[in-house]
Amino acid sequence: MSQGIGVVGVYVHDQEEALQFYVEKLGFRVHTDVKNGDYRWLTVQHPDQPSVQLGLFRPQAPVLDEATAQSARELVAKGAMPPLVLTVDDCRGAYDRMLAGGVEFTQEPIDRFGTVDAGFRDPSGNGWKMIQARRSK
Amino acid sequence: MATGQDPELLRRLLRAKDRMDAASHEEWPVLRLARVSGVSEAHFARSFKDAFGVPPHRYLLTRRIERATAMLRDTDLPIIEIAFQTGWNSLGTFGRTFRDVTGETPRALRARAQAARQALEPVPGCIVAAAHRPDLTMAVSEKKRQDTDPNIDSTEREVP
Repeated sequence: MSQGIGVVGVYVHDQEEALQFYVEKLGFRVHTDVKNGDYRWLTVQHPDQPSVQLGLFRPQAPVLDEATAQSARELVAKGAMPPLVLTVDDCRGAYDRMLAGGVEFTQEPIDRFGTVDAGFRDPSGNGWKMIQARRSK
Repeated sequence: MATGQDPELLRRLLRAKDRMDAASHEEWPVLRLARVSGVSEAHFARSFKDAFGVPPHRYLLTRRIERATAMLRDTDLPIIEIAFQTGWNSLGTFGRTFRDVTGETPRALRARAQAARQALEPVPGCIVAAAHRPDLTMAVSEKKRQDTDPNIDSTEREVP
């Protein structure tokens, strides 16, 4: 596929902390990690999904003015950013593994709508739903 | 709008809010919430309200009412059972609080929600869907009329 979404970004409180979380706890891989002065372009990707990158960006000057950057950091920390969804083959298995690894879950796996879903947050406050993929018919 | 609160404090306050979301039927005295957030009991309530706009106990109340409303609508559990499962110790307190917040008793809400559901049950799904289809003919004619009559205020007329 040559057209489609390439990078979707989330704001994070601390890029180093986010990098460790997404790589070590979720099993993502680093795609791009480039620094330019204070600015760091950092993207990761799911190993099964090489066409999509998740950007881990810090709201900061001079891209944003300092007051706006502060507002963005507050919104992230308050869990006010839009929902994210991670699709997995086995929600309960992933839950057990991630919980043991210290991931902060906000909802245990629940059977719902014919599948299983759980909820967790990244260290910054971004909320993920983890939904078990429906068996293909 | 920025409240000027430290993002690291906000992140810890969010943890207390998440815990209430996950177990709104449990008791959440300020001391317990303050411990989750790692702040003093004295500062917790004020910090939480600054961050999320409502005091923690009121936030918990809204989550309990929301959950009770869903259970009244979607289950046939006795109301007393719903009261206990959503965190109240007595049916009387639940009923009073529910009415104060929603303007309706639990019984009345259940009757209304279930009647609305039953009214549609004998109707085939495709017809129900059709009944909820937007009334395009009217909207189009309305739009045409507006296009030819510039005196009609579109913000008043553009009603779905």
